[in-house]
Amino acid sequence: MPSSNQLTATDARSSQAPGIIKWVRANLFSNWFNSILTITLIPAVAYILFIVFRWVFISADWSAVTSQPLLFGVGQFPRDQIWRVGISLLSIMFLIGVSWGKWGGLLRSIGIFATLLFFGFAILPFQHEDLSIPIFTIASTVMTIRFFLGLISLFIIIGNFIGRLEAVSKRLIIIGWFVTPIITVILLSGFDNSELLPSITTTLWGGLLVTFLLAFGGIILSFPIGVALALGRRSKLPVVSAFSTIFIEMVRGVPLVTILFMFSFIINLVLPPSAIPERIVRALMAMTLFSAAYTAENIRGGLQAVPPGQMEAAKAVGMSGFQTMFFIVLPQALRAILPAIVGQFISLFKDTTLVVIVGINDFLGIGRSIINSTPEFLQLQLEVYVFIAIIYMIFSFLMSLASRKLEDALGVGER
Amino acid sequence: MSRKIFTLLAVLTLFAVVIVACGDSNGDTETEAAVDTEPETEPETEPETEPETEPETEPEVVTGSHADILGRVLERGTLICGGRTDLAGFGSLDGERNVGFDIDLCRAVAAAVLGDADAIEIVPLTAADRGPSLQTAEVDLLSRNVTWTASRDVQWGNFTIVMFYDGQGFMVTKASGITSTDQFDGATVCVTSGTTTEQNLADFFRQNGMTFEAVVFEETAAVYSAYEEGRCDITTSDRSQLESVRNGFASPDDHIILDDIISKEPLTPAVPHGDDAWFDIVKVVMFALINAEELGVTQANVEEMLASDNINIRRLLGVEGDWGFTDLGLDSDALANAIAAVGNYGEIYDRNLGPNAVITLPRGLNELWSNGGLIYAPPVK
Repeated sequence: MPSSNQLTATDARSSQAPGIIKWVRANLFSNWFNSILTITLIPAVAYILFIVFRWVFISADWSAVTSQPLLFGVGQFPRDQIWRVGISLLSIMFLIGVSWGKWGGLLRSIGIFATLLFFGFAILPFQHEDLSIPIFTIASTVMTIRFFLGLISLFIIIGNFIGRLEAVSKRLIIIGWFVTPIITVILLSGFDNSELLPSITTTLWGGLLVTFLLAFGGIILSFPIGVALALGRRSKLPVVSAFSTIFIEMVRGVPLVTILFMFSFIINLVLPPSAIPERIVRALMAMTLFSAAYTAENIRGGLQAVPPGQMEAAKAVGMSGFQTMFFIVLPQALRAILPAIVGQFISLFKDTTLVVIVGINDFLGIGRSIINSTPEFLQLQLEVYVFIAIIYMIFSFLMSLASRKLEDALGVGER
Repeated sequence: MSRKIFTLLAVLTLFAVVIVACGDSNGDTETEAAVDTEPETEPETEPETEPETEPETEPEVVTGSHADILGRVLERGTLICGGRTDLAGFGSLDGERNVGFDIDLCRAVAAAVLGDADAIEIVPLTAADRGPSLQTAEVDLLSRNVTWTASRDVQWGNFTIVMFYDGQGFMVTKASGITSTDQFDGATVCVTSGTTTEQNLADFFRQNGMTFEAVVFEETAAVYSAYEEGRCDITTSDRSQLESVRNGFASPDDHIILDDIISKEPLTPAVPHGDDAWFDIVKVVMFALINAEELGVTQANVEEMLASDNINIRRLLGVEGDWGFTDLGLDSDALANAIAAVGNYGEIYDRNLGPNAVITLPRGLNELWSNGGLIYAPPVK
């Protein structure tokens, strides 16, 4: 693959001028209809681009976006504890860097993208605040968040080189991936009566932090539940299959907003006050169950696509039912439905914005709060919403890019 | 066959649970709308399943959760306050801090009860969220510019005393040439959905035999940007909100707020049903804030005032005899703490809605009764 790419690249370069003319003639002016289309569309496109650029760089007032980047990032998370988010982010990004070095491929794209993203946030004209990390106070590490974001992208690259070392085993990195999310949650929520890590109530969590927590929490939790439900629905045991079917159909028959409301209020009515989970946990439960029902149906589709001969062959070589399912059927099923699953996860990511209605200030909610914080910002809501849309677009695009890479790696659609 | 019956029964039981649980949350239209469609599918088997689930959920709601809110607050060490983060002046974000007129009451109550005005946790509630969060006692105190209505008082919780008198008004563009409500016939009106505002608007037009075209938005900010872009002739909301929004317009002078007020909007903090002592505590703190303004006790001079000769001031601050608020579980210096933390009513008003605040609203009806307003607290005796 790389060699053929290089070849075409050098070809194009050696004959650049005629190549362009050729390309233009072949694609834009191949016949009279295309020529007319091109001639009319070029000014129109140019005009639209001109308007967009003029708005972005001249007429738009980005002060509502740039004045409080931390609010967008973490909401009302106490500012003296902000280093906990920083450390969590740093370790996750470092891990991405290490995995990039070890495996390359898809992780390489993610690593490069993350590096550029953090570097971009570091150089964009946000009014970044100071960040102090108490662990390093000996060296008096008060740094601006701008510097810290740059540091993160540096860490991804350092991680990349560390990952290339033979000494770092794959198993170690995988263990790291299991441990880091748990440490992150502990680090963020803290403990009661602790000096270093005082507990931080989740009503203060907000912004992108909550969006990602809900999205990735939902994705990670809903996937195993979805697999279980899909297998349950195909089970021969009537109780299991009835439960799975009822659950899936009930959840799919109700809009997400309704499920969020139900979890927001009904849990409060049913459980004693001391046992009521926090708002964000209730929202996460709702998102997880909602997503699980859809994932289950996707997976069931995949299971049905696996030819029965596969299962029979597995049985013939003496595999148990469990082994057949987990080593023969599921891998093929999941491979077949990868695009559908990723689509489901992207929509889950975007659906997290609905938690605004149950009083959680996610990324969009914080945007609304900022717009309404002073009358002047009411004028700037277009800018704020454009910024929010761009951020959602970046991450949704990244997810679909990742899925395409994964499909290539697994050879989906090639046979 | 038996499997089908089992499935049916299971579905019905689940529906019954959902319906029973939803029956209490009247304030929330979204869940109800979804649930309302479901009973149609329920045949005669309903009596079988319904009584099973009802006793389980119902008593818990009434007695269990709301009995001892003060104890709960003291044990937790923070006051959970239903507020908002998206209305400048009443509840908004200043950096990561919650600020606003409604938020300051939470701070006052926290200072009185816990001795620390910062021991508050603000749960940002949406309009639809307010009622249920009070009914389920998820919040200890709801201070999120809620209009006190008779039905909400019955269904949601105990409403304390009016903290802010508001009324619904209209804003029109100068260019439209409208100068009074008589000229409203056939106008397009921008309005927020799901609020009393929308109801009042419809009532007003029906009563006066006029027609209008509503342009409805979920979000407050969207209403005003649509109005400013000229999509509507008129926008309507509480006058306080109109006033604050007009200040933010590119050219405030092009818009007029008409003098007509079509509704009463007493914005009133509320507490969950079922704990009278807690209800009294919140009221006592509010009385103290109002009486403090009347008696000239401020955040700055509250320390000196402890040694004042004025018997009323001494009673207010709890240095002269016990008039009973300590029986509620408050310390004798609780009210002095509250005033020291946020100041008196007038200071709270000025900080958030006064001339130097983010938005400025003339005090109008919210002057003390002695200055011609409606703010009035019972005497400290």
